[in-house]
Amino acid sequence: MSNMKSSFRNMVLTLFMVTVLSSALLGIVYELTKEPIGNALSNKRTLAFHIVLPEFNNEPIKESYDVAAGRDIFKFYPGRKGDKIVGTAVETTSIGYGGEIKLIVGFLPDGTINKVAVLENKETAGLGDKILKSKSDWSLQFEGRNPENFKLSVTKDGGDVDAITASTITSRAYCEAVQKAYSALIKNGKK
Amino acid sequence: MNQLKNFTKGFIKENPVFVLFLGLCPTLGTTNSAINGISMGLATTFVLVMSNLVVSSVARLIPDKVRIPAYIVIIASFVTIVDLLMKAFLNNPGPHFEPSLYDQLGIFIPLIVVNCIVLGRAEAFASKNNVITSLVDGLGIGLGFTFALFMLGSVREILGSGSILNYKFIQGDGILLFVSPPGAFFALGFLIMLMNKLSKRIS
Repeated sequence: MSNMKSSFRNMVLTLFMVTVLSSALLGIVYELTKEPIGNALSNKRTLAFHIVLPEFNNEPIKESYDVAAGRDIFKFYPGRKGDKIVGTAVETTSIGYGGEIKLIVGFLPDGTINKVAVLENKETAGLGDKILKSKSDWSLQFEGRNPENFKLSVTKDGGDVDAITASTITSRAYCEAVQKAYSALIKNGKK
Repeated sequence: MNQLKNFTKGFIKENPVFVLFLGLCPTLGTTNSAINGISMGLATTFVLVMSNLVVSSVARLIPDKVRIPAYIVIIASFVTIVDLLMKAFLNNPGPHFEPSLYDQLGIFIPLIVVNCIVLGRAEAFASKNNVITSLVDGLGIGLGFTFALFMLGSVREILGSGSILNYKFIQGDGILLFVSPPGAFFALGFLIMLMNKLSKRIS
């Protein structure tokens, strides 16, 4: 087999051609997948709103607003039925054992936690991923609690939350994220 | 070369994980459940087949001194394509808001670029063989890799979570060690021992 001679001109030309063709191909695929990717991401959020908020009939994504609390900025998504606000979904994050944990917490107008959905997590499978409702009932203990009289930290730290066995760091991070969302909600005036 | 032999060599005789010990980073990282193992294996197989196909058809046109960078660019392009496609079409959470497949495999997909199996096959096989043979080789090695990941993922899921393919047959926790990274080494060690015994008996 005789390959092209490794002359300077040949090498430059080859690499140029390879990169140009690759970028063209990537450009095409990027354009083709741009819309489906956007749809997938907004679908995911919409699905989360239906899980964490009571029944609503508006489009929370379109009415979202930012609330700054502490060093963070939180995205608030109000859920309405007619003119009445039935609850607010708050997007919040914290750093867990494996990386960032992103939650959507649904609050009722009086500040009670309705439900929580995990948007993103990198926690250990079989241990920290018990924060997912599909893996265990752990996160149910937050539902229907008002952080006013439910201390959002693990029992080891003097709070009211039972930590996941062998995943204290994950449990702490989860509590922290919910607490941050609640603080932002209070700061914004319970709505 | 006999194409059937060329295809099946990836499973036992030249299995990338059990015999060649290539691509151990994604092997250990993604196999905490059987489904994750299969998905990672199939994504790698796609990249392997496509890069083998392209490399074998353009190998003659690439001067020797720049072949590695050229191959890497080709491989990286296909990995990015897989990443985009998975992000677009395998990104729907389950009915109980389980994380999507894309969310679970997350960072490991871009890492296929540095999986030495892919570059290894491009350099050692595809650049010296014709298109059909390279395609069969890519498919065989890729599915062999998938098979290994599935085996390891199953063992770790059964022992660690008491379930298989997300179907739980033991309530409560399993042996938690096996879902954590050290457990991956243990499980892999014993699997390799078993495979060695098996392949010795066959040959």
